[in-house]
Amino acid sequence: MSEAATQDAVNASVEQPVIKMRGTGVNVFYGDKQALFDVDLDVRQHSVTALIGPSGCGKSTFLRCLNRMNDTIDICKVTGEITLDSENIYAPMIDVVELRARVGMVFQKPNPFPKSIYENIVYGPRIHGQVSTRAEMDEIVEKSLIKAGLFNEVKDRLQEPGTGLSGGQQQRLCIARAIAVSPEVILMDEPCSALDPIATAKVEELIDELRVNYTIVIVTHSMQQAARVSQRTAMFHLGKLIEEGPTDKMFTKPDHKLTQDYITGRFG
Amino acid sequence: MTPGVLVILVLVLGGIGFVLGRRRALQSAAREGLKLHSLPGYYGQTVALFTVVPALFLMATWLFLQPIAIENSVSSQIPDSAVAEGSARSLVMVDVRRIAEGLDSLAEQGALSEQVLLDMRADLTNVRSRLAEVGVALGSEVSPAVFEAAKSYRGIEHTASSIRTVAVLIAALVFGAWAWMRIKPRMRARNVSETFVKALLMGSSLVAILTTVGIIGSLLFESIQFFKLYPATEFYFSTVWNPQFRGGSDFGFLPLLWGTLYVSFIALLVAVPVGLMIAIYLAEYAGSHLRSFAKPAIEVLAGIPTIVYGLFALITVGPFLRDWIAQPLGLGTSSSSVMTAGLVMGIMLIPFISSLSDDIINAVPQAMRDGSYGLGATQSETIKQVILPAALPGIVGAFLLAASRAIGETMIVVMGAGAAARLNLNPFEAMTTVTVKIVSQLTGDTEFASPETLVAFALGLTLFVFTLGLNVLALYIVRKYREQYE
Repeated sequence: MSEAATQDAVNASVEQPVIKMRGTGVNVFYGDKQALFDVDLDVRQHSVTALIGPSGCGKSTFLRCLNRMNDTIDICKVTGEITLDSENIYAPMIDVVELRARVGMVFQKPNPFPKSIYENIVYGPRIHGQVSTRAEMDEIVEKSLIKAGLFNEVKDRLQEPGTGLSGGQQQRLCIARAIAVSPEVILMDEPCSALDPIATAKVEELIDELRVNYTIVIVTHSMQQAARVSQRTAMFHLGKLIEEGPTDKMFTKPDHKLTQDYITGRFG
Repeated sequence: MTPGVLVILVLVLGGIGFVLGRRRALQSAAREGLKLHSLPGYYGQTVALFTVVPALFLMATWLFLQPIAIENSVSSQIPDSAVAEGSARSLVMVDVRRIAEGLDSLAEQGALSEQVLLDMRADLTNVRSRLAEVGVALGSEVSPAVFEAAKSYRGIEHTASSIRTVAVLIAALVFGAWAWMRIKPRMRARNVSETFVKALLMGSSLVAILTTVGIIGSLLFESIQFFKLYPATEFYFSTVWNPQFRGGSDFGFLPLLWGTLYVSFIALLVAVPVGLMIAIYLAEYAGSHLRSFAKPAIEVLAGIPTIVYGLFALITVGPFLRDWIAQPLGLGTSSSSVMTAGLVMGIMLIPFISSLSDDIINAVPQAMRDGSYGLGATQSETIKQVILPAALPGIVGAFLLAASRAIGETMIVVMGAGAAARLNLNPFEAMTTVTVKIVSQLTGDTEFASPETLVAFALGLTLFVFTLGLNVLALYIVRKYREQYE
């Protein structure tokens, strides 16, 4: 996609923001402990929303609420409402499988399955019935790897195990794997924290490109990363959303002193 | 002094050595105004180790060699005439030892004084009845030569024991004192005791290794004896197993191998699916509360002695299968069958498979599950397509360990499958396995040099090679699996 087109897409989203996901009064409890307090946060379509804050502030918890990954933890309870295209994803008739196909996730540590690169990518589309013939699979593998900027590096060894790649390549494989199911939203939980600076730069570049077609929410501990890749930033502290706004504003003149202190490295 | 008391005494000396060594270290440091190289306890430990270990080592060696030496010297005293027709010198020596023990207990009970015992003669006293009073039963009257040998056996043993006690105590004191003398503030006691402990640990592992080597060696030796008497090709390729106690036996290994593999196969057919499903349920579905009591409850199965399983096979499962399945279907009338043993053995193996597989499934990183759930996979899709393939090498390892256990199992087969060596496909027929035949060839009054008994070693060796191979394969696969997440 050309530079101009990217810019157009950004402008479009700035002019009339479409709210892709919206959290209203979200509370999360792990057993007796409350991890999130009454969080209201909007995620805009075709933009990157960064969630920042010190460790244990609830940003990852909020992220995992967005595709109900918290369901896998027995003691976790979520109240409030989170919508995807104005539909409450915690409503009883919502199918989690379908939700997660629409809201994909990339994790902190690259976690390719101990299968071949090819199998890693077709895994998702196959369980969702999106591909059936060999040709369709070949196509989706190629398309996803190209989008994740990995194709040229691995095209000759698609049948080799995904675990044999370098850390940065593994993480891009995980992104390709998430893209393969054609999600609308991609959640990223500190996707670069296990990577070296060069691999990090590549992944950040990729995130910027993906924004055109997907809506991205990213949790990060790196202020620079938040500033580089995101359009909007949300600051969490002790389970509460402190403030949320355009990234430029958040990093230049935040409303809250806490945000100011955190961004400038005075705590956290 | 009995060995037990001696050991305690040596340990007490070691304790005293610890206290003295520690004190000497502290005193010498104070006197010379130097800082101790190590903590004071290490100096004590050094003295204690030097006191105890060489002394106990000496004692162990002595206890091992003494009977051999005495046996040899006494055995040469017995004239050939005292060895009855058809008997062996070693059997006479058994009598000698028992009489000597009997005399010991007579003396202990105070029935006879030492002097009277020394003067006692087999041709004048009824030794047999005297010994019967203290609970030592002898098969025949005691001949004078044997009795004299017993007395000298007893005498030598007493002397040797006294020398042993003295030697051990001297060793403890000399080594302890030597270590104590060496204590100076600059002595590196920590390093000394570290090295010592390392050597001690290495020695212990050496014991295990040497034992294995010894077992293999004796199996090998006796097997070679057997193959000298009986052709190996006949043994491994013949289909007839028919041992005769008068010689001219047929030892065809194949029916036994077939029985072993058949029973193991059925056992694994039961244990693997059930065990695997238990493991998946426990690892993936069960809540922590249920898991906390279900897992130990299943592992109780592993703690049941196999003889109890055998009982269960003999009394419950066997007749049930015969009455409800084999007879109505016209497949057989025997309550011992391959099916009986296989089913019961399968139940025995369930905890093996489930416990090992459960650990392996749990070792699959949570990140794998997250990755799969994050793509919208359901729990069963995740298990089938991500977790089981990732855990497969480990599960195969568990399977092979269970298989080698099944192949080596004896009691359940004795009681469940019968003793008939047959090559047959019908699982409701009685068959038998290698282990059962080892037992039956070695029990009973047979000469130890005939092929009829030696065949047990050949069977044992073959079985050992078989299970060793399986274990090596299992370890190899498990190790390969471990590398995957590092």
